[in-house]
This record gives sequence, C-alpha cells and structure tokens, in this order.
Amino acid sequence: MTSIGTGYDLSSSTFSPEGRVFQTEYAMKSVENSGTAVGARCSDGVVIAVEKVYHSRMMMKGSLRRVHFVEKHIGVGIAGLLPDGRQMVSKCREEATQYREVYGEPVPGRVLVDRLARFTHLYTLYWHVRSFGCSALVAAYDAEGPQLYMVEPSGMLMRYNACATGKAKQQAKTELEKLKLGELTCREAVTELAKTIVNVHDSTKDKLYELEMLWVCEESGRTAQFVPQELIDEARKAAEDEKDREDDDDDMDDA
Amino acid sequence: MDVMEAGGMDWMQNEHMLGTSIMAVVYDGGVVLGADSRTTTGSYIANRVSDKISPITEKIFCCRSGSAADTQAISDYVRYYISMHSLEIGEEPKVATVGKMFRLICYRNKANLLAGIICAGYDKHDGGQVYNITLGGSILKQPFAISGSGSSYIYGFCDSNFKEGMGRDEAEQFVIRALALAMSRDGSSGGVIRTVTINESGVDRKYYSGKDIPGFYEGW
Repeated sequence: MTSIGTGYDLSSSTFSPEGRVFQTEYAMKSVENSGTAVGARCSDGVVIAVEKVYHSRMMMKGSLRRVHFVEKHIGVGIAGLLPDGRQMVSKCREEATQYREVYGEPVPGRVLVDRLARFTHLYTLYWHVRSFGCSALVAAYDAEGPQLYMVEPSGMLMRYNACATGKAKQQAKTELEKLKLGELTCREAVTELAKTIVNVHDSTKDKLYELEMLWVCEESGRTAQFVPQELIDEARKAAEDEKDREDDDDDMDDA
Repeated sequence: MDVMEAGGMDWMQNEHMLGTSIMAVVYDGGVVLGADSRTTTGSYIANRVSDKISPITEKIFCCRSGSAADTQAISDYVRYYISMHSLEIGEEPKVATVGKMFRLICYRNKANLLAGIICAGYDKHDGGQVYNITLGGSILKQPFAISGSGSSYIYGFCDSNFKEGMGRDEAEQFVIRALALAMSRDGSSGGVIRTVTINESGVDRKYYSGKDIPGFYEGW
C-alpha cells in the first residue's frame, strides 16, 4: 500500500491514483481481526460455524451472538464488528418482512442477499458514512435448494459451496477444500466445521472461545436453527481430542 | 345545462362502469378466462366491444369489473410492479404473487376504489390457478371464480355444471354457456364474449358474437 500517507486513504469516495479505494480495503481488514467464520453447503442443507472469541473471562456464555435468524428459512453468521453485523441483520429482517407483505410469500435467499449486498455497497460510496466492518455468511434453503452466500464490506456478493472469513480464513479455506461437499450431510458437516474452527484457532492468543453454529437443513425442517448444543459440544470435543493427539504425535516425531 | 339537471343526460357526466359478467376456470393443464364486452355510463352503453381481460405478464391475465378507470389504473400498477419483480427474481412471476399484489393495492386503497378483479394464469410451479380479489380487498383461491353484476344470475348454473379436471374444450364451453346466461339476464352485461385460454404452451384469445353465443331455449 504505497499510497498510504498520501491522503488517498481518508475518504471512501476518492479513488487512489492506482484505482483503489482504501477505506473499503480497510473495512475488509477489520473483518480479519475477528474470529473465523466458516460455512458449507451440503447435500441436505447449509451449516455455518463461527468462532466467538471471549473478550473477557467474566463475559457470560451466549452474549455477543454472531449467528442470527432473519426468516424462517434464512440464517446469517457474522464475522467482524458485531454492531455493524447487527445493522446488516436488521436490514435483512426488514427486507424479508417487506417482501412477505408485498408478495405474500417468504423472500427467496437469492433476492435477500442481493438486497443486502446493495445496501452494504451503498455504504462504500459516500464520504459521510463508514463502510461496514463485517462480512455476512447467509444460509438459505428454498425452492432453489440449499444456498450459501457471503456479503463482504465492499458490497461484493458471492455464492459458495464453502467459504471462510475472519482471522484464519486462508488456513480454514485450505481445510474446507479437502471436504467432499456434494456427499457430505449437514450432520457430518457439523463435525467437519467444528474441526476446522478448532484447528485454525490460535490458543496462544485467544484462550477462551465459543463455537456458534446454525443450520438450515432437512433435519431442521428446512428452517434456520441453532445446531443443538450437544452436537456442537460433541463435535468440538472430538476435534480437540484429535488435535491433542496430533500435537502429541508431532512432539514424538521431534523427539 | 337545464336538460342535464332534469336528469336526461347523466351519461355525459357519470363514471364508466364495467357492469359486468366475468369468470375464470381452472382446467386440466391451464385456465380459461371469460368476459362480456359491455361498458356502461349509467344506462348508456359507452362501449359494446370492450376488452375486460388485461394481460399482466405473458401468462397471467386479469378480468376487471367495477369502475373502468380504477381497474385500469390498478392493473397498470400491478403490471409495472410485477415486471420489476420478475427482473429481481430472474424468472416469470407466480400467479399467486400477482394475485397477492392485486389484493394489497385493493385493500390499502379500498376507501377510494371500486374494483372486483379475477386474476388467473399459469406458472411452472403451481400450474393453472384462479384468484378472486373482492371489493373489500380479500383474496380467495378458487377452482373457478365468477364476478361482476351478471354473476349473481349464474351461481346456480356454475355450481351445478363445474367439474374439477375438465379438458380444455369442455372448460371453454362451460365459460361460454355461463357468460351467455349471465348476459341474457343482466342488463349491464352484453355484447360479445371474449375468452383467453392459458396453458403451458401459450395463450389463445377467442371471441364469440351473434349466433355463436348460445341461445338455450330461445332456440337460436
């Protein structure tokens, strides 16, 4: 970023001479400070998992939620600044309600994320507003089948088979690429995503963290729901045990 | 002006009404919409060959009854909003969606509108469907719908002659016979019969006049 300090990074409504908008790029950087979020589209639904790092030892479990529900069949996972994320979620809910009122049926996932992306993009265009410091993973299941989308602070919207964002997104993406998504069921994906989060979690920096997961699948009746806590606990424990074993093996090799 | 105040020339001033007989029927594979063609201003027939069946999308139409101005305006709005909607969803809209949009407009503005609309058409998700939007802005999904001033005369006929899963020709005949009966008894209905048949393969418009309209016991 050679243009930093030249003044071109102060306004979101000014391009740099190289044709970049630094404020938007900084907003994407702020997502990378947050816990990792991963999502996978499976044969029977979609699963989203979010690593929620505890800011304080005294924080109560369940606060600072990172997964939200916007419609019966649509759930959102947030990576990045939480208050910004809630703004996105509110917008999604507003759009979903409005769509239902006007067209008398639930909003298709594709339409909702398109509207969310437009909304997000608007905040990259004016000097008097700040871009969103968060990415939203959106899981939906409708007539078009299971769908996974990600909306980034730039307003970029993409549909994925699997995606990752946040602190350890590169490492997480490498892990996700190993999965056979076409064959995987959501129940299996819960284990796999838990494994991904556990593996990429940096325990030297953030000791305490919670795994938040939502799914929209056949098992949940095509509605967006929290993955049952027992399932998450089980998956996390299995992943952590496996990780410990691998670490031990590594130690043995070293010795 | 004196003559008008005496009450002889109300047709110069009054609103155009579609004192009407309209109907739509679901058959095996699609829908048939039908309407008479009389537009009146009081007792004056302002148009004897009007078209009360208006397109909303390629395969969704509506039959209009009530105020000609109101129903034209409503269907123009719905056509516009639905065209935007189909761009957003990237496919042809559902009949249910169009029906619900009619309902929303009729309900929100019910104090200022006089409109009874039957919305019918075909979509790939749910096939042929008929929705009746009433004066007060409620919506009813029905296997067949009749509306307008002439409809009161043919409830019995329709109830006893409608069959579920009719073939195309049978459904068209049902519509023509019902409308002919309504038009013969209702003074505000008449002219020709227009039908629109919609199914997976497309849209077919027909009209029947004079001797092609059944005369029943009158023998012609």
